[in-house]
Amino acid sequence: MIRPLQTLRQKPWLTQASEQLNLIPEVDSVAAARIALRFILAVVGVLFFLFVITYLARSQYPDFQSLAGAPWQPFTDTSRLWLNTSFLILASAAMQAGIWSAQQERQNRTIGFVSAAVFFTVLFLFAQLQLWQQLSQLGFYISTNPANSYFYLLTAVHGLHLVGGLIVLGYLASKTWAVDSVTAIAKPLQLCATYWHFLLGVWMVLFALLASSPQTINALAAMCGF
Amino acid sequence: MQHTAIADQIDTMHDPDTFITKYVWSQDHKVIAIQYGLTAVFVGLVALVLSALMRLQLGFPDSFDFIDPNSYLQFVTMHGMIMVIYLLTALLLGGFGNYLIPLMIGARDMVFPYMNMLSYWTYLLSVIVLLASFFVPGGPTGAGWTLYPPQAILQGTPGYDWGIILMLASLAIFIIAFTMGGLNYVTTVLQARTHGMTLMRMPLTIWGIFTATVLGLLAFPALLVSAIMMMLDKVIGTSFFMPALVSMGESLDYTGGSPVLFQHLFWFFGHPEVYIVALPAFGMVSDVLATHARKNIFGYRMMVWAIVAIGGLSFVVWAHHMYVSGMHPAFGFFFATTTLIIAVPTAIKVYNWVLTLWRGNIHFTVPMLFAIGFIFTFTHGGLTGLFLGNVTIDLPLSDTYFVVAHFHMVMGVSPIMVLFAAIYHWYPLITGRMFSDTLGKAHFWFTFLGTYAIYLPMHYIGVLGVPRRYFAMGDTDFIPESAQTLNASITISALIVGLSQLIFLYNIFWSLRYGEKAAHNPWGATSLEWQTKDVPPHHGNWGDKLPQVYRWAYDFSVPGAKEDFIPQNHPVSPEEHTAGEAS
Amino acid sequence: MKLAIALVLLVIATLLFHWLSPWWFTPLASNWGAVDTTVDITLYITGFVFVAVNLFMAYAIFRYRHDPSRRAHYEPENKKLEIWLTGITAVGVVAMLAPGLIVWADFIDPPEDADIVEVVGEQWQWSYRFPGEDGVLGKVDSRHVGPDNPFGMAPDDAAGRDDVLVRNKDLHLPIDRPVKVLLRSKDVLHDFAVPQFRVKMDLIPGTVTYLWFTPTRTGNFDILCMELCGIAHYAMRGQVIVNTGDDFNAWLAEQPTWEMMQGRIAGDPSIGEGQYAVCSACHGAMGEGNVALNAPALAGLQGWYLERQLQYYKDGVRGSHKDDIYGQQMAPMAAMLADDDAVRHMVAYIESLPAVDMQSSLLGNVAKGADHYVTCGACHGGEAQGNYALQAPKLSGQHDWYLKRQLANFRSGIRGAHKKDNYGNQMVLMSRALHNEQSVNDLLAYLNTM
Repeated sequence: MIRPLQTLRQKPWLTQASEQLNLIPEVDSVAAARIALRFILAVVGVLFFLFVITYLARSQYPDFQSLAGAPWQPFTDTSRLWLNTSFLILASAAMQAGIWSAQQERQNRTIGFVSAAVFFTVLFLFAQLQLWQQLSQLGFYISTNPANSYFYLLTAVHGLHLVGGLIVLGYLASKTWAVDSVTAIAKPLQLCATYWHFLLGVWMVLFALLASSPQTINALAAMCGF
Repeated sequence: MQHTAIADQIDTMHDPDTFITKYVWSQDHKVIAIQYGLTAVFVGLVALVLSALMRLQLGFPDSFDFIDPNSYLQFVTMHGMIMVIYLLTALLLGGFGNYLIPLMIGARDMVFPYMNMLSYWTYLLSVIVLLASFFVPGGPTGAGWTLYPPQAILQGTPGYDWGIILMLASLAIFIIAFTMGGLNYVTTVLQARTHGMTLMRMPLTIWGIFTATVLGLLAFPALLVSAIMMMLDKVIGTSFFMPALVSMGESLDYTGGSPVLFQHLFWFFGHPEVYIVALPAFGMVSDVLATHARKNIFGYRMMVWAIVAIGGLSFVVWAHHMYVSGMHPAFGFFFATTTLIIAVPTAIKVYNWVLTLWRGNIHFTVPMLFAIGFIFTFTHGGLTGLFLGNVTIDLPLSDTYFVVAHFHMVMGVSPIMVLFAAIYHWYPLITGRMFSDTLGKAHFWFTFLGTYAIYLPMHYIGVLGVPRRYFAMGDTDFIPESAQTLNASITISALIVGLSQLIFLYNIFWSLRYGEKAAHNPWGATSLEWQTKDVPPHHGNWGDKLPQVYRWAYDFSVPGAKEDFIPQNHPVSPEEHTAGEAS
Repeated sequence: MKLAIALVLLVIATLLFHWLSPWWFTPLASNWGAVDTTVDITLYITGFVFVAVNLFMAYAIFRYRHDPSRRAHYEPENKKLEIWLTGITAVGVVAMLAPGLIVWADFIDPPEDADIVEVVGEQWQWSYRFPGEDGVLGKVDSRHVGPDNPFGMAPDDAAGRDDVLVRNKDLHLPIDRPVKVLLRSKDVLHDFAVPQFRVKMDLIPGTVTYLWFTPTRTGNFDILCMELCGIAHYAMRGQVIVNTGDDFNAWLAEQPTWEMMQGRIAGDPSIGEGQYAVCSACHGAMGEGNVALNAPALAGLQGWYLERQLQYYKDGVRGSHKDDIYGQQMAPMAAMLADDDAVRHMVAYIESLPAVDMQSSLLGNVAKGADHYVTCGACHGGEAQGNYALQAPKLSGQHDWYLKRQLANFRSGIRGAHKKDNYGNQMVLMSRALHNEQSVNDLLAYLNTM
């Protein structure tokens, strides 16, 4: 492991003992992809973090009406949101199970689990779309209230990230098809799973935010200094 | 499966053979770098022409029929946006980042060459979308490069319809392009360094580019967020940033949004953006100075720490752009303090550059002239930043030409001096030819003296109180007639500087064909990019075997060594080793 | 070598430029001398660093220029030196920052006894509101804004009734009294800046911001908008006129309150018809205008514009310039209208006249004219229909020879240069964007198509 502070204190002009020279470990494509994934997660994390911060800031203006709290607000009853969430949890879990199967070199089970993950992800996306329809039928249009705007915006951006994940997964599947062996993709699959878990986490945060009562939101906003 | 970027054998890397795969859909970082560079220079020239048009109006008001208040604001906006994003960011990171990272750290290419190629073509798309806005009804947006709502998307601002939509779309596309490129740069630096290339042995150029890329990856999302939300406000009529207002006598449907929220988001991106441009410039100028002064960069560790510290601090100073924006005034204390703290590591960098020259053995080559010119202009620009960063002084000076002069000094002239230094410095490597020294020197003197003649007086116009983004000053009680003379002289200097860039273009393209063949490593540089077998380096960079690194990038004038430089891939002799232990 | 000399010369030139330059802060007219002091402290410190660093660098590159017989010194770092430099820099930074923070603390905390005045910004005008006798500003809301209620006063708020409304670019203030200026915008961002007072602050639609100062000398001081607010940003000007206390009170007493504005009677066209007989001699029975008598068309013009112009003629704001031959003819005519009510009756009658078709007399390039009109259209509207909110009159349906003369008059300052001509001042600036007769003809040819 790199210890950043120690590294930064090295005096590079002093010639070093030769065993220190081969510091760079053997690197394979997956290791590089893992680093890249960490940065992707950081970028996506910052993106959603900023959305959430603006949500909290915007919530402190008088025209903001949270989507939960009062009985007539759609997310006071969270059962529908939980249903959608359960699809995404299942997708994440199937993805994880797929990795374990791949590590045990059980080809068919891997294919089965990953297919299930794709299925549940797509199901989640459709469920979210249906939720959009449901809300707009109830009269919660995108521009009637900033809370509505945020709901559509956040779910859309989150959904697009899942679609991106599906595309990468599809690319991976086509590669597996070519070599006809799942062991080769166990490691890249691990990265996909990390991405899925991360997006599940992001969704849980968004869920909590959208389903929070005005009091909770106000308290959070106050903590952030708005 | 070892990664191709750092493989010793290159059989995994198939050489592109057709013209298309070699020069158009190329995945070679060097070709992509040149594609990035040429595109950026092209849009940069467009922006340069726009600035000349602006200056004509300011220097000689009421003389040109093709400049009216509407088009003037469009020129201002497009000039600013193109220069900051599409020229400086793209050229420094997309151009030099791409070219130098693999070569300087001893890799064969970026770790994701395909994504690297996509990054360029996405960037090109963003440029096309941006330039398309010149041809849509209403023309490009004239909201100022900061695109502040509500006015950016309301009647009364040029290009409030198509112009702003294309601008936001272009920015979003650019951010995608940057993210693809940026992931490559950071991963390559972290994962594809050759044997022996520890982090602290990397040249400062790489440190600058690496830190700037990390900043970019974390800061551009803020711009993306604000662009998406503003787009929705414009197209769908949401009220993220739009308060209830009466525009042109008409009450609009917007309610309760917050224009200041946009400014926070914009500057949360916008301030790191300054360092996204500055840090690679800091890095490259350090290497140019060390090489041509034949001396190690003074205080290498301090330089690295300063780069990292500046990068970190740049995320907590954004609101110094907003002292008089109507945000909570108490923020002023915090942001003034953080802003002035950032002056300390920046000052250290300046001291260390100057101390690198001290007791050096200075060759006045063209790149060196530009590098020293940079120290002068950057010192000037940095010091005027201490005025604007200090919250109280912002009261008289913000939104005046003092601001314009300051940020052109620090973010326009200074990085461009470094870019010229870098282009001249690496020209022999990239093209295998030498440029004309005489023309290069002429270009330096016109640019260096000319830009100072533009921006020094401009500070004083600002102190007088002349606001920026004014089409014409007209008659006021407090601005003397002589200010107009000053403005005319600024315009003349600007036109001369603009025209003198033709010398540069001529030199670059003429030397490509007729320049003297460059010697291998003509400057006697230590860093790896000069140690390739072929000049210019071929696809795969290193032939059969990756270089092995034994030392840092600054072994110039080492006592007892035969030459006044020792390349990084030069093994350590036993005597040297013991000498190192002893010191 | 040359570079070392150049650097020394640049440092000297910079210092000379600074000392000899007549361009520096305009003389202070408020209590904010502390701002200038902060600037001076920063200037001395940064000036010293600028000179020191660059002269040292010039010496270094002269002294250590290339010499084949010599080698550069090998010194990776010098901790002691770097720590010293860091320390000294930190001290300098503190010396600059501390006064800044102290003055800022003062700036954001207006004195308890400060007078209150509200500045309202909108594209591209300033107007002002004083709280009246009760010392409280009435509630406002952008929903209430309309031609009869330009400030958006809440109709049912009693506190607003005595508010003094100044719909005029001139803001009068008493000398030596601290004033807290509340800033409000109706549409987009603006910035209230008065260079002589050394303060500025943005106006943000949806919130109220503030700044404070104490004027310390009498005189007129330009208000500039310093936050980009659209095409006519540069023409958004006003003035602070600092008076002695008595002059100020006299001026304030003349300004209408919200209650007075509501109580104004509407014009009666039937009374106006009688008064119009005099006008018809030149402007024609149907207000169609007459080229031979240099009388513009009146039919179709908006009432608020006619009312303002009649008042300007009466008050000598228009028609008093020595080169304004036709305006001078109009001024005594307007003076015949005895009072504000007479003006309103007259206007009511003219408004009732149907608009007339115009004959075009000019030839020009319509397409080029359309390009020029983009800027004009920002205020006068896409169809040249005029817009009350921007105080921009209707242009379509007017004789092109008249418009041409007015453009020329604005350009040369015959019209609009009077200190009290609120919106004419803007037209002086805007008209200068058209530089030659051909451009004007093109523009008018385009207007004739509407």
